[in-house]
Amino acid sequence: MMEFLSFYLVPGVVLGCIYALGAIGISLTFGILRFSNFAHGDTMTLGVYLTLSLVQLTGLHPLLVMPAAMALTAIIMLGLDQVFYKPFRASPTIMLVIASFGLMLMIRSMVQFLWGVQLQALRTGIERMSFYGSFGILPRHILIIGATAALMVAVHLVLTRTKIGKAMRATSDNAELAALTGIDTEMVIRATWVMGAALAVAAGVFLALDTHVETMMGFKLLLPMFAAAILGGIGKPYGAVAGGLVIGIAEEISAYPWIGAEPLLPPGYKAGVAFGIMVAMLIWRPQGLFRGRQF
Amino acid sequence: MSRVLELDGISAGYGETAILHNIDLHVDEGEIVVIVGPNGAGKSTVMKAVFGMLNITAGAVRLGGDEITNTPPQKVVTKGVAYVPQSANVFVSLSVEENLEMGAYISKDDPAPRIEEIYQKFPPLREKRHQPAGSLSGGQRQMLAMGKALMLHPKILLLDEPTAGLSPKYRGEIFETVHEINTTGSTILMVEQNAKQALMIADRGYVLVDGENRYTGGGQDLVNDDEIARLFLGRRTS
Repeated sequence: MMEFLSFYLVPGVVLGCIYALGAIGISLTFGILRFSNFAHGDTMTLGVYLTLSLVQLTGLHPLLVMPAAMALTAIIMLGLDQVFYKPFRASPTIMLVIASFGLMLMIRSMVQFLWGVQLQALRTGIERMSFYGSFGILPRHILIIGATAALMVAVHLVLTRTKIGKAMRATSDNAELAALTGIDTEMVIRATWVMGAALAVAAGVFLALDTHVETMMGFKLLLPMFAAAILGGIGKPYGAVAGGLVIGIAEEISAYPWIGAEPLLPPGYKAGVAFGIMVAMLIWRPQGLFRGRQF
Repeated sequence: MSRVLELDGISAGYGETAILHNIDLHVDEGEIVVIVGPNGAGKSTVMKAVFGMLNITAGAVRLGGDEITNTPPQKVVTKGVAYVPQSANVFVSLSVEENLEMGAYISKDDPAPRIEEIYQKFPPLREKRHQPAGSLSGGQRQMLAMGKALMLHPKILLLDEPTAGLSPKYRGEIFETVHEINTTGSTILMVEQNAKQALMIADRGYVLVDGENRYTGGGQDLVNDDEIARLFLGRRTS
């Protein structure tokens, strides 16, 4: 039982936190800008590399320099939005999707060009599990889960207590009515990029803390993040959180030896679990758990 | 009485296709003016033209003397025009109170006192203030849509078929509400399918046919006019 908690459930929750933070951005972009942002994974990668440089520069803990990396990435995204997406605001969705696809390749190539393609690490050294009775947990996992919880509370407060947050929800709900009401849609779009980018950087940094830094890390997260956003109901940030946790946990516990001594699914099939959940959801409940927008 | 809104020889449409031809219309302060006419006559198009949602190719729209021809919707709002579309006119996933707050989005003042006034006008909204607008009945949704539009004390309120899709019971209620909003000082331009009921509460009415202004007159006079009654008011859909 403790083995299940320590080695399957907790890592599942950690992975779920990472997916959830990334999926919020995907869900918000879809709700407000009305397109699937393929560049979201590489936005994450960019943020991780900025964090890496800041860590090397200052020698501080990654979480301490992360806010600066979030701000930098947000500023870069605002600039990219002006150049790559703004000209397509009134265009069919497919134009924006393709633009994001192009941007995805460009950001990744730029990262590979500037930082190189070799594996790197935000922190070096091996961490030992802390034990509470027979329940063991890695200190970095406590940190990741705690920081994610804090970020989620912050997102919730922004979306429900601030004027711009309410305007974001209103625009996601009905963009035309939002414009007729006098809501500054460009302002809402900027806020969406800032929030999406900041959370993506957090997700990337948490993943890098748990594993390592590499240029494909964000892209590899794209599928599970989309799966999480769809599972939760696209356009619903709270759904994205729930979807992320479900998929993260499902991926990890699918490798638990539920029957006999062998893993139920070989760990190599983890990505398949996210894909399976996404496909099943699109077939049986396309609006997602939280009644989001249907495709 | 000062002139709030004036349409001076408006022609307008989507892209190159003209829907409205040479429309003259005005609304004076404190008035309630109704546009009626058969389906496809361009009634709603008039409102969209005022609100900058489609292309005006000739003529001018003036708001209290200011020209607002082809001004985009987000700007028209700031000039004191509030528009309530026919459908999808509330944010269904936001609470009733949040909808009202969004109605005052462009204002920097605290919306709370005005929200209180709106609740006094529409008591059912107060009871459901924390519920999502999507859970309201059709009539209550229209109340919320109007309340949201009234948040900033607009110079003129544009109502696009506020009774569309409502049962006769709610229809009467909405007309009463519109009448009441008008008597408490709001200037209203309304498009309606239920022509007879709407004209009964109107100061003046315009009968639009094929994008042209066919008849103009006092609300009661139009209802009493035999030809108009025969042509447009006999059928419920007119």
